[in-house]
Amino acid sequence: MNLEFSDDQKFIQKSAREYLDANCGLEVCRGVLESDASYSDNLWKGLAEMGWLGAAVPESYGGSGMGQLELVLIAQEMGRALAPVPFASSVYLATEAILLYGSEDQKKRWLPRLAKGDAIGTFALHEGVGDLELGETTLRFDGGAVTGVKLPVLDGDVASLAIVLARDGAAHSLCLVDLAGAGVTRTKLASFDPSRSQAKIAFAGAKAELLGQSGQGVAQTERVLDRAAVLMGFEQIGSSERALDITRDYTMSRYAFGRAVASFQSIKHRMADWYGRNQIALSNGYWAAWALSTGSPELGLAACNVRVAASEAFLIGSQEMVQMHGGVGFTWEFDCHLFYRRAQLLSLALGSPSAWREKLVRRIEHTNQAA
Amino acid sequence: MDFEDTPEEIAFRGRCRAWLEANAKPLDPSASARSALSEPEDLDSLAGAKAWQAKKFDEGWAVLTWPKEFGGQGLGRMEAIIWGQEEAKFDLPANLYIIGHGMLGPTIMAHGTEEQKERFVRDMARGSEIWCQLFSEPSAGSDLAGLRTSAVRDGDDWIINGQKIWSTGAQWSDWGMIVTRTDPNAPKHAGLTYFILDMRSPGVEARPIKQINGASGFNEVFFTDVRVSDKNRLGAVGEGWKVALTTLMNERVAIGAGSGSGAFRKLLDVARVSRRNGRPAIEDAGVRQKLADFFITSKGLQYTGYRTLSALLRGTTPGPEGSIGKAVGAPMTQQMAAFAMELQGPTGALVEESVVPEDGFWQELYLGTPGMRIAGGTDEILRNIIAERVLGLPPEIRVDKGVAFRDIPTGSAG
Repeated sequence: MNLEFSDDQKFIQKSAREYLDANCGLEVCRGVLESDASYSDNLWKGLAEMGWLGAAVPESYGGSGMGQLELVLIAQEMGRALAPVPFASSVYLATEAILLYGSEDQKKRWLPRLAKGDAIGTFALHEGVGDLELGETTLRFDGGAVTGVKLPVLDGDVASLAIVLARDGAAHSLCLVDLAGAGVTRTKLASFDPSRSQAKIAFAGAKAELLGQSGQGVAQTERVLDRAAVLMGFEQIGSSERALDITRDYTMSRYAFGRAVASFQSIKHRMADWYGRNQIALSNGYWAAWALSTGSPELGLAACNVRVAASEAFLIGSQEMVQMHGGVGFTWEFDCHLFYRRAQLLSLALGSPSAWREKLVRRIEHTNQAA
Repeated sequence: MDFEDTPEEIAFRGRCRAWLEANAKPLDPSASARSALSEPEDLDSLAGAKAWQAKKFDEGWAVLTWPKEFGGQGLGRMEAIIWGQEEAKFDLPANLYIIGHGMLGPTIMAHGTEEQKERFVRDMARGSEIWCQLFSEPSAGSDLAGLRTSAVRDGDDWIINGQKIWSTGAQWSDWGMIVTRTDPNAPKHAGLTYFILDMRSPGVEARPIKQINGASGFNEVFFTDVRVSDKNRLGAVGEGWKVALTTLMNERVAIGAGSGSGAFRKLLDVARVSRRNGRPAIEDAGVRQKLADFFITSKGLQYTGYRTLSALLRGTTPGPEGSIGKAVGAPMTQQMAAFAMELQGPTGALVEESVVPEDGFWQELYLGTPGMRIAGGTDEILRNIIAERVLGLPPEIRVDKGVAFRDIPTGSAG
């Protein structure tokens, strides 16, 4: 047993930290949030140059040929920097889905472009208010075309391709849709976290090709979401750790009643609890990263664990961040709201934590593998 | 990163299991939990515990991580963990050596004279003598260095007077390790001295304390003009705090090493057999949300422990990060017990073994868990440790800093 990342893996994380410290200060996130831009194009190009958009893509498809254990650590650093780019949509979801289920032709067509950042991918899954029960998806795939509406689609306004879960006869299939084609209408939606864009995509007979096996869309989607949950979990942990660092520094420098605010137990103990939640999430993350990298059947449980624990850690952490900053934490000028917004966006993007808890208990009952 | 045993670990686990199967009965999984704080009911069980330890010692399965010269096997922490995991699957006498082997032995090895190591450590490993720790006092718990039990020099001896409390196993111990105040004029941490004490000395009286779960693992221990030789002083006069810290550092490792229990599986069983809204409770959405959270936190704690272990195996010293195992685990276990009792409905408020499901496992756990949240560093002290030593937040404001011990204000409680 060895629950540690290797020195090489830690080195990649360190490089990512250094690059993002130099190129993605919080003003980059704020810049996107305060402008009409959907993401930071500069940063996106930089990430492509560093090879991180294709981190886990084999070199034969234009990627960097690293593994999942490297990718989770890069994701953690993306979270630390609140990177305002479609990294999750393109890398955790679209690229991973094509790697898992793409035909040789689909891989050759899309992976090099995704790895270079020339194409942005996303996953068009949700269909309106509430958590989607995958089997109740209504958008239709018929005769090589899709018809229906997906909303919200993270980065849907800027993506070049979408993986789409669609009804296919009596079952469901995953399809791949080139969003530049005819029959695609995209509407940018006002996002709770404007540093990350969201859209409605209406498909009216848009050309679509099958991804993976016909009729296996629900099972394939579950698998893609599990894998994305691990990667996004590390991103959430990175964000929560950064928020804690910022809150620590602020409360150390702010004085009240003649002493640092951070010296009061009501603050110290809550920061200790926050640290504890981060660690519980991270330890579940280690389990999930290992399962992801080895193809272990434990991934089903581990993915739910890290999804819920990391969402909670960042969500509660972001609330504590505002509270511990006091009045300034409620201002537009301070960065607390960047975290407060991002925490909600990430905790909802792959389906709510409550839905993942339910999924976890179903899987525990199913596998009968517990504790 | 690898969550599986290495080939060497698989082989070692096999050897542990083979020896245990040849020498012990497997645990009945339906049996109720043994409380860590329950006392051996009679002298027979005390003798049984000693005989089991002697057998382990003779056949090379005692204190695996201790050096061979002190009766150990010179093995690594990983082997000790694997042994502990396998041993937990068997029905064995109560372990009366957790404090001696986990905390006191390592303290003697670190600070003792050659003569002290020779006299005490091997016998401790063999288990022929049982040891207890005499640290806390009625008015010195979390603020341990505020202790008042005095030791006054008298020729080649010291005379001890005062009272200790929460001393696990003192009533059946042969030896104790005690921290005393030898200089009340010095600031509180500077005036302490550490001794090894024969618990059968005249003037030592251990009185078991009845706990809220009815068991009596703890004692209060009174000292009236107890004479101890200067030869049994551990470390220099006035350096007792430094020696005590060695004991306390090992306490955290000893507590943190406890492997995850099967509590979640049992909780799942309760949810399956209990009914709510006319169907099994496990079909209730609210119940399922809570089950998920307990599973997630349990797994997170288990793997946090393994992460710490991985770092230790690489040669790092145990750090304050280890505090979260107990800071998160103890309150979670209390909440799990409370939730299981809630699922049992009105029968949850029974301890009638013939009626309450699972022989009252959860009721016993609910009564025992408040102790887990207090012993070995309260939830609050652990949060201070994490805040100050992991996150680097300011230390508590100390009004007793640099003040002579006798001038420090005391309250009326305790």
